[in-house]
Amino acid sequence: MTAFDPSDITIMIVDDEPSVRQSLAAWFEDDGYSIVTAQNAAEALQCMQEHSVDIILLDIKMPGMDGLALQDRIREFNQQVIIIIITAFATVDTAVRALKAGAFDYTTKPVDPDELSHLVLNAVDKIRLQRENLALRESIDHLQFVDDIIGESGPMQQVLELVKTVAPTDSTVLILGESGTGKELIARAIHMNSRRRYFPIIPVNCGALPESLLESELFGHEKGAFTGAQYRRKGKFEMAQGGSLFLDEIGTLSLKSQIDLLRVLEDREFHRLGGERTVKADFRLICATNVDLEKEVKSAVFREDLYYRVNVFTITLPPLRERRADIPLLASHFVERHARSMNRPAPELSSEAMDVLLTHDWPGNVRELENAIERAVVINKTGIITPDDLPVQVGRNSVPPRGSSLSEMEEEHISHMLEENNWNISRTAEKLGIDRVTLYNKIEKYGLKRPE
Amino acid sequence: MSGVREVTVIPLGTHPRDVSLEELRSGIEQILPVRITIRPRPVDIDSALDASRKQYHSTSVLALLLQQAEPHTERLLGITPYDLFVPVLTFVFGQAQLNNLAAVFSTFRLHNEFYGIPRSGEQLAARCLKEALHELGHTFGLRHCIDHPCVMNSSTYVEDIDLKPADFCLPCREHLEIVL
Ligand SMILES: [Zn+2]
Ligand SMILES: [Zn+2]
Repeated sequence: MTAFDPSDITIMIVDDEPSVRQSLAAWFEDDGYSIVTAQNAAEALQCMQEHSVDIILLDIKMPGMDGLALQDRIREFNQQVIIIIITAFATVDTAVRALKAGAFDYTTKPVDPDELSHLVLNAVDKIRLQRENLALRESIDHLQFVDDIIGESGPMQQVLELVKTVAPTDSTVLILGESGTGKELIARAIHMNSRRRYFPIIPVNCGALPESLLESELFGHEKGAFTGAQYRRKGKFEMAQGGSLFLDEIGTLSLKSQIDLLRVLEDREFHRLGGERTVKADFRLICATNVDLEKEVKSAVFREDLYYRVNVFTITLPPLRERRADIPLLASHFVERHARSMNRPAPELSSEAMDVLLTHDWPGNVRELENAIERAVVINKTGIITPDDLPVQVGRNSVPPRGSSLSEMEEEHISHMLEENNWNISRTAEKLGIDRVTLYNKIEKYGLKRPE
Repeated sequence: MSGVREVTVIPLGTHPRDVSLEELRSGIEQILPVRITIRPRPVDIDSALDASRKQYHSTSVLALLLQQAEPHTERLLGITPYDLFVPVLTFVFGQAQLNNLAAVFSTFRLHNEFYGIPRSGEQLAARCLKEALHELGHTFGLRHCIDHPCVMNSSTYVEDIDLKPADFCLPCREHLEIVL
């Protein structure tokens, strides 16, 4: 599978108005496509002899031969090229004629940027399928775009094998793992190695939004759906069109949201809030959770039918303490990354600092490690990171207290982090690598109290 | 990165509501090795208004912005509260000259209130910063980035802007390191 280069795709813009040609050309040049323009049918036909054109954006109303006649002419010698009609004068009649005569799609000026980019992405997807014949391909040899997934340990290699297996299949995937293990990176890797990768992957953190907002967030709304809704708003289901939807912390969905989601997955379509029109739900679903969904099903907090829908192919991410072999690699990767983004030379990690990193238990997993390294890079002045540059709790908790349960350790860690950050919820949540809602839930669960 | 580029930020039409140019300046300077100068007085862009669409033609706005260039000017970044468009599209968030002097973006559709959701100064500031970085990225020769989460991801919807990070991915950063 080769990386996709938009410049391999040539778009021809045919319109008699210079400002339209110029603005469309500039718009698609920003995306990296190769662009040619023509101001009339004769120029367009000439262009097609000189360039191998993949997509034509065609205006209907032009002096001389009009767009529909030009389409007919082109079809006489080229069945392959994708023609998208863009016209200021839309009638159902011309639309039907254009589509019957082999236009790929049809839209009216002025067009929503979003609609235009989707029209073209759909066309690009079709071209790519033709070129790569991906539809027939069932396995991949090499994973692409996984530079951010660092890990040579056995457990991580197993994870990447699973990603390789499932990525090209379009199957629903459930990613399990503690907070901070990098579930979103794995979701992205699956998406980027699937045939949907030219469409977006849309992440939704189900735990971060109250139920009242989640509905509009997922479904979007029509103009006037409620007071203040002056404009149509697209929901995540729609944004994920053609691509993948990544539902993180799916275990936190309310029962009502679970029913909503189940219905969309079953019907493969939905309505925007306050809307009549059905919108197709064409996305691949990737979910993640750090809770035991099976247990949630038994206690009736999670619907069994939805559980079977999402639990098709499971990938379990190991916590960092179970793949300590990756810590040196991860640490130097993060040192490199943060030094770079601060435009500084990368400091070295002293062997004492590395010992601390290797023995710490990392309840916040890779994200906690990254935060610790970022902090060290920020405060380090000498060019060599020592244990003193690491956050206090990393040094202190490096040997896990014997006999204590996981939740006792979590409680202790969270309360310590809260103190360290003066009970600033946002900052503490960020340091722990969890969202604020989860943090509030944990504070409640352990009955933690802010000191007077 | 070699020299530090001078970027002049100019309000167009009038000062955008609820936006701190100072905050925008420090945001940009944290990500890009540029030095920002803010012109306090807004530049008039009335001649770019399309009365029938009640929007401003962004290509004409860029032309007006270019008239503000001085001999030492390296980059001009216009910011306007007015809605921008190009002829075929219903609107644009911004426009930039690829690998060239000028870029502009509009705050009109970056306000939550525009979509009927409660206003958020934090979100507005984050969106402004991302739009500014994105359009400046174009002026430094970057095209849309498709392979990584990156501020150069194309955004056709305000939620797209919210989803992308306010930073450049590694390949884009490497490109910037060469040109800057
Ligand atoms: Zn752009
Ligand atoms: Zn990028």
